[in-house]
Amino acid sequence: MRNEFIACLIEHNLNNADAYLLVGDLGYSVIEPFVDAFPDHYLNIGVAEQNMAGIASGMAAEGHRVYCYSIGNFNTFRCAEQLRNDIDYHNLPVCTVSVGGGFAYGNMGYSHHAIQDYILMRSLPNTIIFSPVDARETRLCMDFIREYSGPAYLRLHKANERKISLDSKPIIPGKPRLVYGNHQAKTAYISTGFAGQLAYDFVCANPNTAHFTMPAWSMNSSQYISDFVSGFDKVTVIEDHLVHGGFGSWILEALSGTNLISRIRLKGIPDSAVGVVGSESYLLNLAGLTDLGLKA
Amino acid sequence: MTHILKDLSAAIRQKSAEMIVSAQSSHIGGVFSCADILSCLYGHVLPRSSDRILEPFILSKGHCCAGVYAALNQIGLIPDYDLHTYAQDGSPYMAHISHKVKHVEFSTGSLGHGLPHSVGRAIVRRHRPANNNVYCLLSDGELNEGSNWESIMFAGHIRLSNLTAIIDCNRLQSLTTTKETLDLEPLVPKFESFNWKCIRCDGHNIADLLNAFEEDPEHRPKVIIADTIKGYPISFMMNSVEWHYKPPSLTQLDQIISELQATLS
Repeated sequence: MRNEFIACLIEHNLNNADAYLLVGDLGYSVIEPFVDAFPDHYLNIGVAEQNMAGIASGMAAEGHRVYCYSIGNFNTFRCAEQLRNDIDYHNLPVCTVSVGGGFAYGNMGYSHHAIQDYILMRSLPNTIIFSPVDARETRLCMDFIREYSGPAYLRLHKANERKISLDSKPIIPGKPRLVYGNHQAKTAYISTGFAGQLAYDFVCANPNTAHFTMPAWSMNSSQYISDFVSGFDKVTVIEDHLVHGGFGSWILEALSGTNLISRIRLKGIPDSAVGVVGSESYLLNLAGLTDLGLKA
Repeated sequence: MTHILKDLSAAIRQKSAEMIVSAQSSHIGGVFSCADILSCLYGHVLPRSSDRILEPFILSKGHCCAGVYAALNQIGLIPDYDLHTYAQDGSPYMAHISHKVKHVEFSTGSLGHGLPHSVGRAIVRRHRPANNNVYCLLSDGELNEGSNWESIMFAGHIRLSNLTAIIDCNRLQSLTTTKETLDLEPLVPKFESFNWKCIRCDGHNIADLLNAFEEDPEHRPKVIIADTIKGYPISFMMNSVEWHYKPPSLTQLDQIISELQATLS
Protein backbone atom coordinates (compact mmCIF):
# COMPACT_ATOMS: atom_id res chain seq x y z
CA MET A 1 0.00 0.00 0.00
CA ARG A 2 2.81 2.41 0.85
CA ASN A 3 4.42 2.01 -2.54
CA GLU A 4 1.09 2.33 -4.33
CA PHE A 5 0.43 5.57 -2.43
CA ILE A 6 3.74 7.03 -3.60
CA ALA A 7 3.20 5.80 -7.16
CA CYS A 8 -0.20 7.52 -7.24
CA LEU A 9 1.23 10.73 -5.82
CA ILE A 10 3.90 10.79 -8.52
CA GLU A 11 1.29 10.19 -11.21
CA HIS A 12 -0.88 12.98 -9.83
CA ASN A 13 1.94 15.48 -9.93
CA LEU A 14 2.98 14.36 -13.41
CA ASN A 15 -0.59 15.31 -14.29
CA ASN A 16 -0.23 18.77 -12.75
CA ALA A 17 -1.73 18.09 -9.33
CA ASP A 18 0.97 20.32 -7.77
CA ALA A 19 0.71 18.44 -4.46
CA TYR A 20 3.27 18.64 -1.66
CA LEU A 21 4.58 15.76 0.42
CA LEU A 22 5.59 16.56 3.99
CA VAL A 23 7.16 13.87 6.14
CA GLY A 24 7.91 13.72 9.82
CA ASP A 25 11.36 12.26 9.28
CA LEU A 26 9.91 8.90 8.26
CA GLY A 27 9.42 7.06 4.99
CA TYR A 28 12.82 5.48 4.37
CA SER A 29 12.75 3.25 1.26
CA VAL A 30 9.21 4.41 0.43
CA ILE A 31 9.20 8.11 -0.40
CA GLU A 32 12.42 8.30 -2.44
CA PRO A 33 10.82 8.00 -5.90
CA PHE A 34 8.64 11.04 -5.17
CA VAL A 35 11.55 12.99 -3.69
CA ASP A 36 13.65 12.25 -6.77
CA ALA A 37 10.87 13.24 -9.15
CA PHE A 38 9.64 16.34 -7.29
CA PRO A 39 12.32 17.62 -4.93
CA ASP A 40 10.70 21.06 -4.80
CA HIS A 41 7.43 19.55 -3.59
CA TYR A 42 8.94 17.62 -0.70
CA LEU A 43 9.82 18.76 2.82
CA ASN A 44 11.14 16.75 5.71
CA ILE A 45 9.79 18.78 8.62
CA GLY A 46 11.78 16.78 11.17
CA VAL A 47 10.40 14.94 14.16
CA ALA A 48 7.77 17.59 14.81
CA GLU A 49 4.25 16.52 13.92
CA GLN A 50 2.46 19.55 15.37
CA ASN A 51 4.58 21.76 13.16
CA MET A 52 4.02 19.46 10.17
CA ALA A 53 0.22 19.66 10.50
CA GLY A 54 0.30 23.42 11.06
CA ILE A 55 2.60 24.00 8.10
CA ALA A 56 0.36 21.78 5.96
CA SER A 57 -2.65 23.93 6.89
CA GLY A 58 -0.78 27.06 5.81
CA MET A 59 0.33 25.56 2.51
CA ALA A 60 -3.19 24.28 1.84
CA ALA A 61 -4.63 27.71 2.61
CA GLU A 62 -2.36 29.03 -0.14
CA GLY A 63 -3.95 26.64 -2.62
CA HIS A 64 -2.02 23.39 -2.54
CA ARG A 65 -3.05 19.84 -1.66
CA VAL A 66 -0.68 18.62 1.00
CA TYR A 67 0.08 15.07 2.20
CA CYS A 68 1.49 14.63 5.72
CA TYR A 69 3.23 11.27 5.94
CA SER A 70 4.26 9.48 9.10
CA ILE A 71 3.63 6.19 10.86
CA GLY A 72 1.32 5.01 13.59
CA ASN A 73 -0.09 7.60 15.93
CA PHE A 74 2.53 10.25 15.34
CA ASN A 75 0.67 12.35 12.77
CA THR A 76 -2.74 11.88 14.39
CA PHE A 77 -2.72 11.80 18.18
CA ARG A 78 0.46 13.84 18.58
CA CYS A 79 -1.08 16.72 16.64
CA ALA A 80 -4.78 16.11 17.26
CA GLU A 81 -5.58 19.74 17.94
CA GLN A 82 -3.85 20.89 14.75
CA LEU A 83 -5.95 18.39 12.80
CA ARG A 84 -9.10 19.63 14.54
CA ASN A 85 -8.56 23.40 14.52
CA ASP A 86 -6.12 24.17 11.72
CA ILE A 87 -7.15 21.63 9.09
CA ASP A 88 -10.66 20.28 9.70
CA TYR A 89 -12.25 23.49 10.99
CA HIS A 90 -10.86 25.42 8.02
CA ASN A 91 -11.85 22.54 5.70
CA LEU A 92 -8.46 22.51 4.01
CA PRO A 93 -7.19 19.92 1.49
CA VAL A 94 -4.65 18.22 3.75
CA CYS A 95 -4.38 14.45 3.66
CA THR A 96 -2.88 12.85 6.76
CA VAL A 97 -1.23 9.60 5.65
CA SER A 98 -0.53 7.14 8.45
CA VAL A 99 1.35 3.94 7.74
CA GLY A 100 1.16 0.92 10.00
CA GLY A 101 -2.55 0.91 10.80
CA GLY A 102 -3.73 -1.56 13.42
CA PHE A 103 -1.04 -3.94 14.67
CA ALA A 104 1.19 -3.64 11.57
CA TYR A 105 4.07 -2.56 13.82
CA GLY A 106 3.02 -5.03 16.52
CA ASN A 107 6.35 -5.91 18.07
CA MET A 108 7.46 -2.27 18.12
CA GLY A 109 5.32 -1.75 21.18
CA TYR A 110 2.18 0.07 22.23
CA SER A 111 3.44 3.46 21.01
CA HIS A 112 3.25 2.05 17.48
CA HIS A 113 -0.15 0.33 17.72
CA ALA A 114 -2.53 2.50 15.68
CA ILE A 115 -5.70 1.05 17.14
CA GLN A 116 -7.52 4.18 18.33
CA ASP A 117 -7.06 6.42 15.30
CA TYR A 118 -10.58 5.95 13.93
CA ILE A 119 -12.01 7.25 17.21
CA LEU A 120 -10.07 10.45 16.79
CA MET A 121 -10.42 10.99 13.07
CA ARG A 122 -14.13 10.22 12.83
CA SER A 123 -14.82 13.01 15.33
CA LEU A 124 -13.72 15.56 12.72
CA PRO A 125 -16.79 16.71 10.74
CA ASN A 126 -15.10 17.57 7.43
CA THR A 127 -12.56 14.74 7.37
CA ILE A 128 -13.13 11.61 5.32
CA ILE A 129 -11.40 8.45 6.54
CA PHE A 130 -9.84 6.36 3.76
CA SER A 131 -8.83 2.87 4.79
CA PRO A 132 -8.11 0.63 1.80
CA VAL A 133 -7.86 -3.15 1.92
CA ASP A 134 -5.21 -3.48 -0.79
CA ALA A 135 -3.29 -1.64 -3.49
CA ARG A 136 -6.27 -1.33 -5.81
CA GLU A 137 -8.37 0.36 -3.18
CA THR A 138 -5.39 2.55 -2.26
CA ARG A 139 -5.30 3.81 -5.82
CA LEU A 140 -9.05 4.43 -5.85
CA CYS A 141 -8.77 6.31 -2.57
CA MET A 142 -6.02 8.48 -4.03
CA ASP A 143 -8.18 9.16 -7.10
CA PHE A 144 -10.89 10.45 -4.78
CA ILE A 145 -8.56 12.45 -2.53
CA ARG A 146 -6.96 14.21 -5.46
CA GLU A 147 -10.32 15.73 -6.39
CA TYR A 148 -11.60 16.31 -2.86
CA SER A 149 -11.37 19.87 -1.60
CA GLY A 150 -11.46 19.00 2.11
CA PRO A 151 -9.36 17.09 4.64
CA ALA A 152 -8.67 13.37 4.40
CA TYR A 153 -7.15 10.68 6.55
CA LEU A 154 -5.48 7.85 4.64
CA ARG A 155 -4.79 4.85 6.87
CA LEU A 156 -2.42 2.40 5.24
CA HIS A 157 -1.19 -0.96 6.42
CA LYS A 158 2.38 -1.58 5.38
CA ALA A 159 3.37 -3.85 2.53
CA ASN A 160 2.71 -7.22 0.84
CA GLU A 161 -1.08 -7.10 1.16
CA ARG A 162 -2.90 -9.56 -1.09
CA LYS A 163 -4.94 -8.14 -3.94
CA ILE A 164 -8.48 -9.02 -3.01
CA SER A 165 -10.66 -6.15 -4.21
CA LEU A 166 -12.15 -6.48 -7.70
CA ASP A 167 -14.23 -3.38 -8.13
CA SER A 168 -12.58 -0.58 -10.12
CA LYS A 169 -15.49 1.82 -9.95
CA PRO A 170 -14.85 5.13 -8.19
CA ILE A 171 -15.21 5.13 -4.43
CA ILE A 172 -18.28 6.67 -2.85
CA PRO A 173 -17.74 7.44 0.86
CA GLY A 174 -20.05 5.40 3.04
CA LYS A 175 -21.03 2.94 0.31
CA PRO A 176 -20.11 -0.76 0.79
CA ARG A 177 -18.22 -2.47 -2.04
CA LEU A 178 -18.70 -6.17 -2.77
CA VAL A 179 -15.48 -8.20 -2.65
CA TYR A 180 -16.77 -11.77 -2.68
CA GLY A 181 -20.18 -13.49 -2.58
CA ASN A 182 -23.43 -11.95 -3.65
CA HIS A 183 -26.36 -9.94 -2.46
CA GLN A 184 -28.48 -13.14 -2.08
CA ALA A 185 -26.42 -14.21 0.93
CA LYS A 186 -28.11 -13.85 4.30
CA THR A 187 -24.90 -13.27 6.21
CA ALA A 188 -22.54 -10.44 5.35
CA TYR A 189 -19.14 -9.32 6.53
CA ILE A 190 -18.20 -5.71 6.18
CA SER A 191 -14.68 -4.50 6.83
CA THR A 192 -12.62 -1.35 6.55
CA GLY A 193 -8.91 -1.29 5.85
CA PHE A 194 -6.51 -4.16 6.25
CA ALA A 195 -9.06 -6.07 8.34
CA GLY A 196 -10.72 -7.04 5.07
CA GLN A 197 -7.78 -9.32 4.43
CA LEU A 198 -8.75 -11.25 7.56
CA ALA A 199 -12.34 -11.75 6.46
CA TYR A 200 -11.49 -12.79 2.93
CA ASP A 201 -10.40 -16.39 3.49
CA PHE A 202 -13.29 -17.16 5.77
CA VAL A 203 -15.87 -15.70 3.42
CA CYS A 204 -14.43 -17.52 0.40
CA ALA A 205 -14.79 -20.82 2.26
CA ASN A 206 -18.42 -20.14 3.18
CA PRO A 207 -20.60 -19.74 0.11
CA ASN A 208 -23.61 -18.42 1.99
CA THR A 209 -21.80 -15.28 3.01
CA ALA A 210 -20.76 -12.08 1.27
CA HIS A 211 -17.85 -9.78 1.98
CA PHE A 212 -17.95 -6.03 1.53
CA THR A 213 -15.30 -3.41 2.15
CA MET A 214 -15.80 0.21 3.11
CA PRO A 215 -12.64 2.06 2.03
CA ALA A 216 -14.06 5.53 2.71
CA TRP A 217 -16.38 6.74 5.45
CA SER A 218 -17.02 9.83 7.52
CA MET A 219 -19.38 11.61 9.87
CA ASN A 220 -21.46 12.78 6.95
CA SER A 221 -21.62 9.61 4.86
CA SER A 222 -23.61 7.10 6.89
CA GLN A 223 -26.78 7.38 4.79
CA TYR A 224 -26.25 4.06 2.96
CA ILE A 225 -25.88 1.89 6.06
CA SER A 226 -29.49 1.09 6.92
CA ASP A 227 -30.29 0.01 3.34
CA PHE A 228 -27.20 -2.18 3.32
CA VAL A 229 -27.92 -3.88 6.65
CA SER A 230 -31.59 -4.41 5.86
CA GLY A 231 -30.54 -6.77 3.04
CA PHE A 232 -29.07 -9.34 5.45
CA ASP A 233 -30.11 -11.34 8.50
CA LYS A 234 -26.74 -10.85 10.11
CA VAL A 235 -23.88 -8.43 9.44
CA THR A 236 -20.48 -8.81 11.09
CA VAL A 237 -18.33 -5.68 11.18
CA ILE A 238 -14.57 -6.32 11.13
CA GLU A 239 -11.84 -3.81 11.94
CA ASP A 240 -8.26 -3.90 13.19
CA HIS A 241 -9.05 -1.11 15.61
CA LEU A 242 -10.32 -0.97 19.16
CA VAL A 243 -13.92 -2.15 19.11
CA HIS A 244 -14.87 0.86 21.22
CA GLY A 245 -15.58 3.93 19.14
CA GLY A 246 -14.35 2.67 15.78
CA PHE A 247 -15.88 1.60 12.46
CA GLY A 248 -18.42 -0.72 14.07
CA SER A 249 -19.54 2.01 16.42
CA TRP A 250 -19.97 4.29 13.42
CA ILE A 251 -22.32 1.69 11.87
CA LEU A 252 -24.27 1.23 15.10
CA GLU A 253 -24.73 4.99 15.41
CA ALA A 254 -26.04 5.08 11.83
CA LEU A 255 -28.64 2.48 12.81
CA SER A 256 -29.64 4.20 16.05
CA GLY A 257 -33.40 4.17 16.51
CA THR A 258 -33.96 1.31 14.05
CA ASN A 259 -34.52 -2.37 14.78
CA LEU A 260 -31.62 -3.24 12.46
CA ILE A 261 -29.14 -2.92 15.31
CA SER A 262 -29.84 -6.46 16.48
CA ARG A 263 -28.43 -7.80 13.18
CA ILE A 264 -24.97 -6.31 13.85
CA ARG A 265 -22.00 -8.13 15.40
CA LEU A 266 -18.80 -6.25 16.07
CA LYS A 267 -15.39 -7.84 15.60
CA GLY A 268 -12.57 -5.55 16.57
CA ILE A 269 -9.74 -5.38 19.04
CA PRO A 270 -10.93 -5.87 22.63
CA ASP A 271 -9.42 -3.83 25.44
CA SER A 272 -7.77 -7.00 26.74
CA ALA A 273 -5.37 -6.84 23.77
CA VAL A 274 -4.36 -3.24 24.47
CA GLY A 275 -0.73 -2.89 25.48
CA VAL A 276 0.27 -6.45 24.60
CA VAL A 277 3.34 -6.68 22.38
CA GLY A 278 4.02 -9.22 19.68
CA SER A 279 3.93 -9.89 15.97
CA GLU A 280 0.92 -8.69 14.02
CA SER A 281 -0.39 -12.24 13.58
CA TYR A 282 0.07 -12.95 17.28
CA LEU A 283 -1.85 -9.82 18.27
CA LEU A 284 -4.62 -10.32 15.72
CA ASN A 285 -5.04 -13.86 17.00
CA LEU A 286 -5.12 -12.58 20.56
CA ALA A 287 -7.82 -10.12 19.50
CA GLY A 288 -9.91 -12.94 18.00
CA LEU A 289 -9.64 -11.51 14.53
CA THR A 290 -8.18 -14.63 12.94
CA ASP A 291 -11.02 -16.89 14.01
CA LEU A 292 -13.98 -15.14 12.48
CA GLY A 293 -16.10 -18.18 11.74
CA LEU A 294 -16.18 -19.57 15.27
CA LYS A 295 -16.72 -16.37 17.13
CA ALA A 296 -18.77 -14.27 14.73
CA MET B 1 2.86 58.86 9.52
CA THR B 2 3.59 58.18 13.20
CA HIS B 3 0.89 60.65 14.28
CA ILE B 4 -1.67 59.01 12.02
CA LEU B 5 -0.79 55.56 13.34
CA LYS B 6 -0.82 56.76 16.92
CA ASP B 7 -4.35 58.04 16.43
CA LEU B 8 -5.27 54.75 14.78
CA SER B 9 -3.95 52.94 17.87
CA ALA B 10 -6.24 55.03 20.07
CA ALA B 11 -9.18 54.32 17.79
CA ILE B 12 -8.47 50.58 17.86
CA ARG B 13 -8.32 50.67 21.66
CA GLN B 14 -11.53 52.67 22.01
CA LYS B 15 -13.50 50.58 19.54
CA SER B 16 -12.34 47.29 21.03
CA ALA B 17 -13.08 48.53 24.56
CA GLU B 18 -16.63 49.38 23.50
CA MET B 19 -17.03 45.91 21.99
CA ILE B 20 -15.65 44.15 25.06
CA VAL B 21 -17.77 46.19 27.47
CA SER B 22 -20.89 45.63 25.38
CA ALA B 23 -20.28 41.86 25.28
CA GLN B 24 -18.94 41.75 28.86
CA SER B 25 -16.07 39.77 27.39
CA SER B 26 -12.42 39.25 28.36
CA HIS B 27 -8.84 40.04 27.33
CA ILE B 28 -8.89 43.82 27.09
CA GLY B 29 -5.43 44.02 28.69
CA GLY B 30 -3.82 42.00 25.89
CA VAL B 31 -5.72 43.90 23.20
CA PHE B 32 -4.36 47.18 24.53
CA SER B 33 -0.79 45.86 24.75
CA CYS B 34 -0.76 44.93 21.05
CA ALA B 35 -2.84 47.84 19.70
CA ASP B 36 0.19 49.80 18.48
CA ILE B 37 1.51 46.72 16.68
CA LEU B 38 -1.89 46.24 15.02
CA SER B 39 -1.96 49.90 14.09
CA CYS B 40 1.40 49.61 12.31
CA LEU B 41 0.35 46.45 10.51
CA TYR B 42 -3.11 47.53 9.35
CA GLY B 43 -2.27 51.20 8.94
CA HIS B 44 1.02 50.86 7.08
CA VAL B 45 2.82 47.51 6.78
CA LEU B 46 0.20 45.25 5.17
CA PRO B 47 -0.29 46.11 1.50
CA ARG B 48 -3.89 46.33 0.41
CA SER B 49 -6.09 47.04 -2.55
CA SER B 50 -9.31 48.98 -2.20
CA ASP B 51 -11.20 46.01 -0.84
CA ARG B 52 -8.75 43.49 0.56
CA ILE B 53 -5.45 42.90 2.32
CA LEU B 54 -2.81 41.38 0.03
CA GLU B 55 -0.42 39.70 2.50
CA PRO B 56 -1.51 37.32 5.26
CA PHE B 57 -1.53 38.43 8.88
CA ILE B 58 -2.12 35.62 11.39
CA LEU B 59 -3.19 36.52 14.94
CA SER B 60 -1.85 33.63 16.96
CA LYS B 61 -2.89 35.23 20.25
CA GLY B 62 -6.47 34.81 19.07
CA HIS B 63 -8.02 36.04 22.32
CA CYS B 64 -7.09 39.58 21.28
CA CYS B 65 -9.30 39.50 18.19
CA ALA B 66 -11.29 42.57 19.27
CA GLY B 67 -8.23 44.61 18.32
CA VAL B 68 -8.11 43.07 14.84
CA TYR B 69 -11.84 43.53 14.26
CA ALA B 70 -11.51 47.15 15.41
CA ALA B 71 -8.52 47.70 13.11
CA LEU B 72 -10.37 46.25 10.13
CA ASN B 73 -13.25 48.54 10.97
CA GLN B 74 -11.03 51.61 11.24
CA ILE B 75 -9.44 51.03 7.83
CA GLY B 76 -12.88 50.65 6.31
CA LEU B 77 -13.04 46.92 5.60
CA ILE B 78 -15.79 45.92 8.02
CA PRO B 79 -18.80 48.02 9.01
CA ASP B 80 -19.70 49.41 12.45
CA TYR B 81 -22.90 47.39 12.71
CA ASP B 82 -20.94 44.12 12.46
CA LEU B 83 -18.94 45.03 15.53
CA HIS B 84 -22.14 45.31 17.58
CA THR B 85 -22.50 41.52 17.21
CA TYR B 86 -19.12 40.84 18.82
CA ALA B 87 -19.33 37.69 20.99
CA GLN B 88 -23.12 37.61 20.61
CA ASP B 89 -25.16 34.45 19.91
CA GLY B 90 -24.59 33.13 16.39
CA SER B 91 -22.24 35.93 15.34
CA PRO B 92 -19.17 35.19 13.20
CA TYR B 93 -17.38 37.73 15.42
CA MET B 94 -16.36 35.21 18.07
CA ALA B 95 -14.30 36.24 21.09
CA HIS B 96 -11.34 34.34 19.65
CA ILE B 97 -10.41 35.27 16.12
CA SER B 98 -12.43 33.58 13.41
CA HIS B 99 -11.89 33.04 9.71
CA LYS B 100 -15.63 33.34 9.32
CA VAL B 101 -15.03 37.08 9.48
CA LYS B 102 -14.10 38.59 6.12
CA HIS B 103 -10.42 39.62 5.87
CA VAL B 104 -9.43 37.24 8.68
CA GLU B 105 -7.15 34.53 7.32
CA PHE B 106 -7.10 31.98 10.11
CA SER B 107 -8.94 31.06 13.31
CA THR B 108 -6.95 30.61 16.49
CA GLY B 109 -7.77 30.51 20.18
CA SER B 110 -5.73 27.59 21.34
CA LEU B 111 -2.21 28.96 21.60
CA GLY B 112 0.75 27.77 19.54
CA HIS B 113 -1.13 27.34 16.25
CA GLY B 114 -0.51 30.57 14.38
CA LEU B 115 3.22 30.31 13.76
CA PRO B 116 3.26 26.82 12.15
CA HIS B 117 0.40 27.91 9.88
CA SER B 118 2.30 31.10 9.01
CA VAL B 119 5.41 29.06 8.17
CA GLY B 120 3.34 26.98 5.72
CA ARG B 121 1.99 30.09 4.05
CA ALA B 122 5.45 31.64 3.84
CA ILE B 123 6.92 28.49 2.26
CA VAL B 124 4.41 28.72 -0.58
CA ARG B 125 4.66 32.50 -0.95
CA ARG B 126 8.40 32.93 -0.85
CA HIS B 127 8.84 32.35 -4.56
CA ARG B 128 6.10 34.76 -5.57
CA PRO B 129 7.21 37.97 -7.26
CA ALA B 130 5.07 40.28 -5.09
CA ASN B 131 3.09 40.34 -1.86
CA ASN B 132 5.05 37.38 -0.57
CA ASN B 133 5.41 38.36 3.11
CA VAL B 134 3.61 36.67 6.00
CA TYR B 135 3.16 38.21 9.46
CA CYS B 136 2.28 36.45 12.70
CA LEU B 137 1.58 38.05 16.09
CA LEU B 138 2.17 35.94 19.20
CA SER B 139 2.07 36.66 22.90
CA ASP B 140 5.07 36.09 25.15
CA GLY B 141 3.09 33.68 27.37
CA GLU B 142 2.20 31.76 24.23
CA LEU B 143 5.86 30.87 23.81
CA ASN B 144 5.30 28.25 26.53
CA GLU B 145 3.77 26.10 23.79
CA GLY B 146 6.29 23.71 22.25
CA SER B 147 4.71 23.87 18.80
CA ASN B 148 6.10 27.42 18.47
CA TRP B 149 9.62 26.17 19.03
CA GLU B 150 9.15 23.45 16.42
CA SER B 151 8.31 26.24 13.98
CA ILE B 152 11.06 28.56 15.18
CA MET B 153 13.62 25.80 14.60
CA PHE B 154 12.27 24.91 11.17
CA ALA B 155 11.80 28.46 9.83
CA GLY B 156 15.37 29.28 10.81
CA HIS B 157 16.63 26.06 9.29
CA ILE B 158 15.11 26.83 5.89
CA ARG B 159 15.96 30.58 6.10
CA LEU B 160 12.36 31.64 5.64
CA SER B 161 13.10 35.32 5.14
CA ASN B 162 9.59 36.36 4.08
CA LEU B 163 8.22 35.47 7.54
CA THR B 164 7.99 38.08 10.30
CA ALA B 165 6.89 37.08 13.79
CA ILE B 166 6.02 39.73 16.34
CA ILE B 167 6.04 38.89 20.04
CA ASP B 168 3.73 41.06 22.15
CA CYS B 169 5.99 40.92 25.17
CA ASN B 170 3.74 42.31 27.93
CA ARG B 171 5.29 40.05 30.60
CA LEU B 172 1.97 38.90 32.03
CA GLN B 173 0.18 35.70 31.27
CA SER B 174 -2.94 34.03 32.55
CA LEU B 175 -2.17 33.76 36.26
CA THR B 176 0.92 35.83 36.93
CA THR B 177 4.07 37.18 35.27
CA THR B 178 5.86 35.30 32.52
CA LYS B 179 8.96 35.37 34.69
CA GLU B 180 7.24 33.53 37.54
CA THR B 181 5.36 31.15 35.23
CA LEU B 182 8.04 29.98 32.83
CA ASP B 183 10.88 32.40 32.37
CA LEU B 184 12.03 32.36 28.73
CA GLU B 185 14.24 35.42 28.88
CA PRO B 186 16.60 36.22 27.38
CA LEU B 187 14.56 35.76 24.20
CA VAL B 188 16.97 37.47 21.79
CA PRO B 189 19.80 34.89 21.96
CA LYS B 190 17.26 32.09 21.85
CA PHE B 191 15.86 33.29 18.53
CA GLU B 192 19.30 34.17 17.21
CA SER B 193 20.60 30.72 18.02
CA PHE B 194 17.83 29.30 15.82
CA ASN B 195 19.00 31.52 12.93
CA TRP B 196 16.42 34.31 13.22
CA LYS B 197 17.03 38.01 12.70
CA CYS B 198 15.97 39.47 16.05
CA ILE B 199 14.98 43.06 16.79
CA ARG B 200 13.89 44.18 20.25
CA CYS B 201 12.02 47.47 20.52
CA ASP B 202 9.50 49.53 22.46
CA GLY B 203 6.18 48.05 21.38
CA HIS B 204 4.35 51.30 22.08
CA ASN B 205 6.71 53.47 20.04
CA ILE B 206 5.31 53.68 16.51
CA ALA B 207 8.55 54.91 14.94
CA ASP B 208 10.56 52.10 16.54
CA LEU B 209 8.02 49.52 15.41
CA LEU B 210 8.02 50.82 11.84
CA ASN B 211 11.80 50.72 11.77
CA ALA B 212 11.72 47.14 13.02
CA PHE B 213 9.28 46.14 10.29
CA GLU B 214 11.48 47.84 7.70
CA GLU B 215 14.72 46.23 8.79
CA ASP B 216 16.38 43.80 6.37
CA PRO B 217 15.91 40.21 7.56
CA GLU B 218 19.29 39.27 6.10
CA HIS B 219 18.06 36.04 4.50
CA ARG B 220 16.52 34.78 7.73
CA PRO B 221 13.08 34.83 9.33
CA LYS B 222 12.63 37.97 11.41
CA VAL B 223 11.20 38.36 14.89
CA ILE B 224 10.25 41.67 16.46
CA ILE B 225 10.22 41.34 20.22
CA ALA B 226 7.98 44.24 21.16
CA ASP B 227 8.21 45.23 24.81
CA THR B 228 4.74 46.28 25.82
CA ILE B 229 2.58 46.91 28.87
CA LYS B 230 -0.63 45.01 29.43
CA GLY B 231 -3.50 47.50 29.53
CA TYR B 232 -1.42 50.36 28.08
CA PRO B 233 -1.94 53.32 28.38
CA ILE B 234 -4.87 53.23 30.78
CA SER B 235 -3.88 54.25 34.31
CA PHE B 236 -5.96 51.68 36.20
CA MET B 237 -5.33 48.79 33.80
CA MET B 238 -1.57 48.77 33.24
CA ASN B 239 0.47 45.80 34.44
CA SER B 240 -2.47 44.14 36.19
CA VAL B 241 -3.29 40.49 35.53
CA GLU B 242 -6.98 41.01 36.34
CA TRP B 243 -7.46 42.71 32.96
CA HIS B 244 -6.66 39.47 31.25
CA TYR B 245 -10.19 38.51 32.29
CA LYS B 246 -12.28 41.41 33.55
CA PRO B 247 -14.47 43.54 31.28
CA PRO B 248 -14.51 47.20 32.30
CA SER B 249 -17.69 48.72 33.74
CA LEU B 250 -19.49 51.53 31.89
CA THR B 251 -17.90 54.04 34.24
CA GLN B 252 -14.48 52.57 33.57
CA LEU B 253 -15.20 52.70 29.83
CA ASP B 254 -15.79 56.44 30.14
CA GLN B 255 -12.43 56.79 31.85
CA ILE B 256 -10.73 54.67 29.18
CA ILE B 257 -12.16 56.89 26.43
CA SER B 258 -11.17 60.00 28.31
CA GLU B 259 -7.58 58.82 28.77
CA LEU B 260 -7.37 57.74 25.12
CA GLN B 261 -8.64 61.12 23.92
CA ALA B 262 -5.80 62.75 25.82
CA THR B 263 -3.28 60.77 23.73
CA LEU B 264 -4.59 62.02 20.38
CA SER B 265 -2.31 64.19 18.30
